[in-house]
Amino acid sequence: MDMTPAQAITDEEREELRRHGILLTSIEELYNWGRSHSVWPLQFGLACCAIEMIAASMARFDIARFGSEVFRPSPRQADLLIVSGTVTKKMAPQVVRLWNQMAEPKYCIAMGACAISGGPFKRGYNVLKGIDRFIPVDIYIPGCPPRPEALLHGLVELQKKISGQAISGPDAPRHLRKDLACEFPVPEFGEHDLDPPHNPTVWQPPEVPKGDSPA
Amino acid sequence: MIEPLDQLTARLAARFPGADVTLLQNPGASAQHSLVLGNGIARAIAEFLRDDGALKLDYCSNVSGVDWPDKVIVETTKASTPDPAGGPDKVTEVKTERVQPGYLEAVYHLFSVELRHGPLVIRTRTRNRSDQVTLPSFTPVWRSAEFQEREVFDLFGVVFAGHPDLRRILMWDGFKDHPMRKDYVEPEDNEWEPTPHGDLLAKVKKPDPAPSSPSPPEGAKP
Repeated sequence: MDMTPAQAITDEEREELRRHGILLTSIEELYNWGRSHSVWPLQFGLACCAIEMIAASMARFDIARFGSEVFRPSPRQADLLIVSGTVTKKMAPQVVRLWNQMAEPKYCIAMGACAISGGPFKRGYNVLKGIDRFIPVDIYIPGCPPRPEALLHGLVELQKKISGQAISGPDAPRHLRKDLACEFPVPEFGEHDLDPPHNPTVWQPPEVPKGDSPA
Repeated sequence: MIEPLDQLTARLAARFPGADVTLLQNPGASAQHSLVLGNGIARAIAEFLRDDGALKLDYCSNVSGVDWPDKVIVETTKASTPDPAGGPDKVTEVKTERVQPGYLEAVYHLFSVELRHGPLVIRTRTRNRSDQVTLPSFTPVWRSAEFQEREVFDLFGVVFAGHPDLRRILMWDGFKDHPMRKDYVEPEDNEWEPTPHGDLLAKVKKPDPAPSSPSPPEGAKP
């Protein structure tokens, strides 16, 4: 039988069936629906962004509306790493290790200017210029710190991303493919910097444009 | 109120004959003058400052490190020679350069909780910035100096003799540099900004050294 439910009938017909109490769906849709509405974050804060993350989890903003109220104290039980704050070079190996300890499927939100790029501490000798140098980031939330609404928006965007993932084929996410590594090398403390200073499979340094007048 | 510093300096000179104590005037509006202590006697003077009945400086609130790099001082001397023709004197300027050697400094702010006065600022200075960087530790006198002296050791490279646990406190143990020194060079990491400025702008404007050279391998550290 060469048909999938989504192609076999139109959305209107499906909606018509749903009105009569018949729910028709696909495995992919059901699987992603379940996953995207029970994203359990890791209970892990780094700096002031963590305060906003905590605020988002409390009653006023209530992250439970989106199924993410279960902050897990163990990376083994968490689906989402919210990098909430400045990642110092001394802390970076521990963040990567936590990421490695999380079970697939796992997602990463870089929350705030520091986690994205180093933020106001970018020129500091001790701050990593963005966690995306070592682990793949799914959602970037700008702000210093972002308001809880922004974190909720980022979570909803992540849910959209999860809902759109295929469960087979070349577009399948990392955890359903054998050719992609789920573990990322943990940097070591070097004499002058982290060694290596970034993970080349995840992040490549941008070309610095040369010339008199940078556009 | 703490006694005037010139009076305290005189008292220290009487108590510790031959001690190397200098009153360093602060010409600024704050007028927060300080005492520069010689390294040999500093520890004994610190204990005196803590135990003396009129001072009782029992609390060290702050330890700072200061890096003073080598400074080139240009001195201009004017010499005037009379004009034999009777005109105005001929003035020639002679410029001489001398290098004032740099040093590292530890600054302590002392308060008395009991007598409610302070701060008294005391300083100790190293001989140079490279090999003679040892200063006496005040941790045995004021316990609160422990972590801050470790921080000065970490970021400036000052070695505190007599410190009970002198390790790096912020950077990792294998780290070799002292980032708060003026001549610290941060690792190159190909930063790109849409609106470069400062050092980055100078780097962007600089042409590539050799356009024909092969590009470094992927992920290689430049």
